[in-house]
Amino acid sequence: MRLTAVLIMGTITLFVTSLLIGPAAVGPGESIAALVGGDAGALTLVMREIRLPRALLALMIGASLGLAGAAMQGYLRNPLAEPGLIGVSGSAALGAVLAIQTGLAASFVLGLPLAALISALAGVALLLLLAGPHGSSLTLILAGIAISALAAALTSLVLNLSPNPFAANEIVFWLMGSLADRSMTHVWLALPFMLVGLFCLAGLGRGLDALTLGEDAAAAMGIRLMHIRYLLIFGTAAVVGAGTAVAGAIGFVGLVVPHILRPLVGARPSLLLWASALGGAIMLLAADIAVRVILPSKDLKLGVLTALLGAPLFLHLIVKTRREPE
Amino acid sequence: MSVLTVENMKVSRGPCEVFRNVGFKLYAGELVGLVGPNGAGKTTLMRACLGLLKSKGYSSLAALPESERAKTAAWMPQSREIAWPVTVETLVGLGRTPHIPLGQKMTPADRILIDRAIDYMELQTFRRRSATRLSGGEQARVLIARALAQDTPLLLADEPIAGLDPAHQISTMKIFSRLAQEGRTIVVSLHDLGLAARHCTRLIMLGQGRLAADGSPSDILTAERIAQVFGISAFFEKTSKGPVFQALEVTS
Amino acid sequence: MRGLQSLLLVSVLVFVACVALARPFPNEEAPARESPQRVVSMNVCTDQLAMMLADSDQLLSVSHLAHDPRVSAMVREAENYRVNRGLAEEIYLMEPDLVIAGRYSTQATVSMLKRLGIPVVVFEPANRLADVPNRIRQLGEVLGQESRAADVITAYKRDLATLRAKPKQRPRAALYYANGYTSGDKSLAGEIVDAAGFINIAAEKGYGAGSMKLMPLEVLALSNPSIIITGQKYPGSSRAEDILDHPVVSTLRRGRGAGSVTDRDWICGTPHVLQAVRGLNQTHFRHRGVHP
Repeated sequence: MRLTAVLIMGTITLFVTSLLIGPAAVGPGESIAALVGGDAGALTLVMREIRLPRALLALMIGASLGLAGAAMQGYLRNPLAEPGLIGVSGSAALGAVLAIQTGLAASFVLGLPLAALISALAGVALLLLLAGPHGSSLTLILAGIAISALAAALTSLVLNLSPNPFAANEIVFWLMGSLADRSMTHVWLALPFMLVGLFCLAGLGRGLDALTLGEDAAAAMGIRLMHIRYLLIFGTAAVVGAGTAVAGAIGFVGLVVPHILRPLVGARPSLLLWASALGGAIMLLAADIAVRVILPSKDLKLGVLTALLGAPLFLHLIVKTRREPE
Repeated sequence: MSVLTVENMKVSRGPCEVFRNVGFKLYAGELVGLVGPNGAGKTTLMRACLGLLKSKGYSSLAALPESERAKTAAWMPQSREIAWPVTVETLVGLGRTPHIPLGQKMTPADRILIDRAIDYMELQTFRRRSATRLSGGEQARVLIARALAQDTPLLLADEPIAGLDPAHQISTMKIFSRLAQEGRTIVVSLHDLGLAARHCTRLIMLGQGRLAADGSPSDILTAERIAQVFGISAFFEKTSKGPVFQALEVTS
Repeated sequence: MRGLQSLLLVSVLVFVACVALARPFPNEEAPARESPQRVVSMNVCTDQLAMMLADSDQLLSVSHLAHDPRVSAMVREAENYRVNRGLAEEIYLMEPDLVIAGRYSTQATVSMLKRLGIPVVVFEPANRLADVPNRIRQLGEVLGQESRAADVITAYKRDLATLRAKPKQRPRAALYYANGYTSGDKSLAGEIVDAAGFINIAAEKGYGAGSMKLMPLEVLALSNPSIIITGQKYPGSSRAEDILDHPVVSTLRRGRGAGSVTDRDWICGTPHVLQAVRGLNQTHFRHRGVHP
């Protein structure tokens, strides 16, 4: 598979590039030596506790969002489905904010990702309930908008009510996402949930392929639809919840990546799953490098960049969907 | 030995009963036309037989575990859904899903069956084309090829000729007829009693909440029964060009 | 929400800034020649200076932030005055003959009060230790308390000269606040650090003059400061403050003047900054293993 090779190479290249970019101007050789060798000096600290977690999180979250986007699109048979757009990320952000502001996150190590997971679960479940398994694009998007708006409003409300003077300013972080100054703690916090989620979503390929023919045909081919549905809900909530808990809600990755890669894998949902995971990692690593290179002093939010790329594509998809009969 | 046995089947949708007391046995080599007016429960009956729908009574197919059932019967829903622009070859290959153990790849034997299905439906030239870009008739053929690739003794198709032009309707029925002659059992639901009369070896007629009739077309399509079940008068005769059925007037 | 916003403004944006004494805008109408008798202050920094300088019946009200021990060094004194939340309506109803506002007080409120015919003087923040005596003098003039102001200035200058450390070796200190901000030299916090005998790494690394410069965590780590002086934490949680618990900051802090925070004594350009210098001075001695 040439595509796989290209995607893997791209991911590795960008991962290393991400490690080498930062405000502290240090040579590449020196940086890598400090990262791998580890003399416990200041540079090792920078490489291991600032740049490595940042690059790892971009990789993990990008892959999660790409995979979740491809899985949701495959299940709903709708190219407009995307965790950020349809409110899953927003719901997860609400859970994370609640955990932080109620002190749950501080009192219990897994409090933050668990709260985000549960909230994301509620978001996905509500969405599938509202939009239905064969919901049209219109109901899907309407349900998504409703959930997104509600989650964003509640998140803002919680932050506004916080006694902390900084909290209200962080609404933008939770709605736009950023990887600035995360640490390995965040990596360890998110990783187990992401692994479980990835495992759930990875098992969906065969079912999603069969769903190309519709639910009835898939069921008649021995696919257990309920099983698929639960795996999808839980897997998406786990990966998106964990990612959002540590980096905020980053939108559009799950929309753009499967859309670009679909023609390259012959539109097969199962192949698209893995390609999108790699593609998502590439997109987020590149976006995170871009925010550091374009405006290094501004802490440009990741979601700003992904939305700038994603929103026009989204409009294009809507126009295209409208032209085709449902 | 029967391929499918249904006994005393009853399906209700909410408080409304769709039909009751439906029972029949299907054998190899039969092309069974499932006929009846709108709402008689043709689709419901087929889905209930497959176990995709809750029902009371017995269906030998629904009694099988899911994986076994998928190797016994292929199902073509009425909505000819092709969600993604996959190639014809890929789409036909989906029919092999029940035969490939979880986590394994297709074997050469699978590929042979896919090739055979594509050849059978004369789709060689479309093989690499995107299935969503084909015409309705071509898509219908691709979906039949998909069902053939599933390689099951029984094939159930819900209104496979609806929306096709006359040439495609006839050729599709001929394909089913040939498949039956080769030893499979085919069940098709359809509204065109003329095509049913010409091509099917047996008709099962649903109407008024029950099995209205079951037998060969010439036995079943009596003026009296047609008037009773469909509310129409019709012309039906065996001619030198085969049986001809033509609906004439609405009687009730 | 106003409370939060004001707190935010004071503690974040103007973190190191002080509002100081009377330098009215040029277009300001000159305060009446006879000293005002019903004075309302609506800024936490002018609150404190006014409490030092005014007669007890001359000052009518101070801002609610004067009662907040996190930002005000004179909470006990503030209890003797009515509270205002910086709203035009409540201040107007107090019938003041002078309102003292800070540069960062709500512009809408200030202009509304002016339209209502109440004299308002707006004070610039003190961005340097040397600004402090000027602000005290200016407020003394506005309040008609020139001689009291002169006494406070004399004491301030004398104490600062005594405190100002002149060590042979100056350890390097990093100021690090929520969201990764720092203060360069020519800022109040920067000068407090300097007066206490430290080199401010923000100045060293070229983050220039003034407060509220974004210093990436990497730069902080590589500058390897002897002590880190962090911003104080507010109740509730915020990601902005989480950076102060980042493993890098924790590692740098370990055994190096941990617990040094910029608190209420650092915020306003009042004589209380001397307390900040004093506290940091002691950290300095501890750091060098010497006792004063």
